[in-house]
Amino acid sequence: MVQNYILLFIGAALVNNIVLVKILGLCPFMGVSKKLEASVAMAMATAFVLTIGSGTSYFISEYLLGTDLFYLRTVSFIVVIAGVVQFTEMWMEKNSPVLYQVLGIYLPLITTNCAVLGIPLLNVQNKHNLFESLIFGFGGAVGFSLVLILFASMRERLEAADVPAVFQGAAIAMVTGGLMSLAFMGFAGLVR
Amino acid sequence: MSSLLNIVKQSFGLGAVAVSGGVHPPEHKHESTTQAVGQLPLPHQLTLPLRQHVGNLPKVLVKLGDYVLKGQLLAEAEGNISAAIHAPSSGTITSIEDALIPHPSGLPDRCITIALDGKDEWIAHAPIDWRKLETEQDKSKLLEGLRSSGIVGLGGAAFPTQVKLRTNAKSSVDTLVLNAAECEPYITCDDMLMRERADQILKGLEIAQHLLGAKQCLIGIEDNKPEAAEAMRHACANSPLSKLVPLKVVVVPTQYPSGDARQLIRLLTGIEVPADKRSTDVGLQCFNVATVLALHRYFDFGEPSISRIVTITGNVQKPANYEVLFGTSVADLVQAGGGALADTDGYIMGGPMMGFNLPSVSVPITKASNCVIASAPNLFPSAPPAMPCIRCARCADVCPVSLQPQELYWFAKSSNLEKARDYNLFDCIECGCCTYACPSNIPLVQYYRFAKSEIIAQDRAKEAANLARERNEFRLMRIDREKQERAEKHAQKAAGAKAEAAKTEATSATEAPEDVAMAAKKAAIAAAIERAKAQKAAAVPQNVVDAIPSVQAEIAEIDARREAAKQSVTDAIATNDAQEEK
Amino acid sequence: MLTAVYVMLFLALLLGVLLGYSALKFKVDGDPLVARIDAILPQTQCGQCGFPGCKPYATAIAAGEADINQCPPGGNAGARALADLMGVEYKPLNAEHGLPNPKSVALIDEATCIGCTLCIQACPVDAILGAAKHMHTIIASECTGCELCLAPCPVDCITMEPIAESPDNWKWRYPVFDIKSVGQVGNLQAGTRH
Repeated sequence: MVQNYILLFIGAALVNNIVLVKILGLCPFMGVSKKLEASVAMAMATAFVLTIGSGTSYFISEYLLGTDLFYLRTVSFIVVIAGVVQFTEMWMEKNSPVLYQVLGIYLPLITTNCAVLGIPLLNVQNKHNLFESLIFGFGGAVGFSLVLILFASMRERLEAADVPAVFQGAAIAMVTGGLMSLAFMGFAGLVR
Repeated sequence: MSSLLNIVKQSFGLGAVAVSGGVHPPEHKHESTTQAVGQLPLPHQLTLPLRQHVGNLPKVLVKLGDYVLKGQLLAEAEGNISAAIHAPSSGTITSIEDALIPHPSGLPDRCITIALDGKDEWIAHAPIDWRKLETEQDKSKLLEGLRSSGIVGLGGAAFPTQVKLRTNAKSSVDTLVLNAAECEPYITCDDMLMRERADQILKGLEIAQHLLGAKQCLIGIEDNKPEAAEAMRHACANSPLSKLVPLKVVVVPTQYPSGDARQLIRLLTGIEVPADKRSTDVGLQCFNVATVLALHRYFDFGEPSISRIVTITGNVQKPANYEVLFGTSVADLVQAGGGALADTDGYIMGGPMMGFNLPSVSVPITKASNCVIASAPNLFPSAPPAMPCIRCARCADVCPVSLQPQELYWFAKSSNLEKARDYNLFDCIECGCCTYACPSNIPLVQYYRFAKSEIIAQDRAKEAANLARERNEFRLMRIDREKQERAEKHAQKAAGAKAEAAKTEATSATEAPEDVAMAAKKAAIAAAIERAKAQKAAAVPQNVVDAIPSVQAEIAEIDARREAAKQSVTDAIATNDAQEEK
Repeated sequence: MLTAVYVMLFLALLLGVLLGYSALKFKVDGDPLVARIDAILPQTQCGQCGFPGCKPYATAIAAGEADINQCPPGGNAGARALADLMGVEYKPLNAEHGLPNPKSVALIDEATCIGCTLCIQACPVDAILGAAKHMHTIIASECTGCELCLAPCPVDCITMEPIAESPDNWKWRYPVFDIKSVGQVGNLQAGTRH
């Protein structure tokens, strides 16, 4: 039983990594990864939103919407996610204005992060129960954070490297992201 | 890989504590140890830079034309971290102005020049009894005396020694380390000092131990100096200090940079001083052998710091060591070394790893000069062009401070100063091991020095900006406050005038009320005008009332100039109007 | 159909209450942004940006009323730092507001000074020492080089002296290598500044 949950977690974090394998949530991946502190802050914020979002989405889809109002699923998920993000924004502005300033516009953009909507929808699709939803959400968040921090570290090194002029900036970042994605494909088959 | 193995070995208690990293450049020490330490003939003049130590510049006490004796105080220490400057020989002060100093920038700095009269006459000696140390007052008197001794670290760092001999409740010293390692190639001044004057060094060590209250003394010396080690062991056996505290000569394997204070401490005691703490915070203090000898000469003979042993080596006829008075020109020293050979293309002050190129050969020897190397294309070929970094990490392997030189290089190169500081750039001791090891010939230390001076300049600018912001805010507050005070005064005066007007109104209530009000108002206005006129007439600035006659004369002169300026302005306007009318 | 409306209404109300409560709980007063912009500005208080000092300029930037490239003493590096902070594109300095000068301090020619105190009133950091009918002098360590004292002086006795380089403030140079073309082989890599 516990083994199932562990496999679910590893699957969500590494094998089916939302950024590099499912290719969701690229906006903060590219946008915030220029600086390491911003990436860490974004990772923590997204992890929080994802986990809470997964939990509440389960309750909404299971108890509030049931099987008749399935068409309201996307809308209600978005509404809940927007609320949680707003709450995170307010908390961050109060408690760490530095990070709030560092993240800038990307903090409210977590609302439109397709990964943050995608994970709850995938939960419904895979018919996870509450615990599984939470683990899936948290695992996805851990995978997202891992990749974001790795990518930010690499981009900081790329800043100082002798990149050919045509590749400087976003181009080399995309190439790096692609190579990372290839690397993460290697996890396929990790979880049998 | 080897460092990883080392770490594993050490964690199991196997393997010697070695300098982590480090390199083995060819030593070139035997050239300059063939003869005893010589004495230079007295030069014609000595040029003493004021900036020979870390800390504040000393305050010059002498004037042009003063005759000074050998050992006389020329400039006294100013502030907490500062050192005095003494005349190394007797003569007349001929200039106190900017002259070329041995500094990598090649910029001139304030120097005192003495034209020597050849008599070499000493000032009266005043030895100090350092054994008397019963009260705190005795101790502070001794340290006060050291402030005017001019003694600074003679290993090259030039840190005022009286600061290092202070102890307080927070930082007590258990182990006193004597740095006799002299790890840099070509330099042999400490080696010869130990061979010839080991006894005097031990006498100085006694004084240092007494002042610090250290419980043991360790003398660290590299294994390429067997004669010096023997001399020191002999002196230790004969020294009364060996009966007081454990006194040991520890021979360490030759490796550059084992002479760095923290490296030597780690080699001798196994203690690694944390990067953010000083060695005194962990109970250790480290002195160079020449510094403690200077302590002995000062306390026991009353001789301030006026000379040191300097190695002249490299592309000269007869490399050797000489006792040189501070302020002697490097040219004189080169002359004593038999003169530079024909293909000499420059001079290096210091060693080949950490030294710098001298801007000219006519710079003076200072307290920090331990060696002069005449360089030639065959000895020091010009560096091949730098090639791209291949990320071999050889620099990280040899770094004695366990930094990441390749990261620091990337950050310094792209001027990412914040990240460079985060990667502990300021822990770099600029030993040059990384540059020595780099297969791409990248001048790594030059990048770190650039980044360090940029960061220091930025920090200074930031501090200045903060200060300016505070002053600006205070000024705005002051102006506000003055405005408020003026407004209050106005309000009071207005209230007073109203009260008066009300009174006059009340007394002449029989007259027609309108006329009375008008009359009262007119009276109030007239009174105000009178007051203003009186104030202007009486407006004499308070601070010139008691001025002395010369100042009053100056004020009168300035007043005249002001009247003249005013007059010329009115004249100009008048002529302008006249012209316009025409 | 109606249930759908009720469900959405319920969600909206619930979230509204929660968010309203957190808005009150996490209320932030004051605007730390102005202080952070002010921390980047060089505090020369010269007014070249068009505002009477660095704090007013910082307030204007925070309010979106001023651009980030109006501060010559901050230089391009300052504009870059401001662009980073505000999350906008970097713009090089606007030449309309002046170009950066080398750091200087003011110097009063004491033979010409008439002791009028006009410069003392003009100095934004109170760096001039003096009184009416007494000699005025600049406290060099406090002078920011803003040049505001030059204009009010009726006898033009104030000049700006650039700060000379001395062993005290000398900085190591960025390592630069000569690039030599070796015939057809092409250039060897040299250290170039980004």
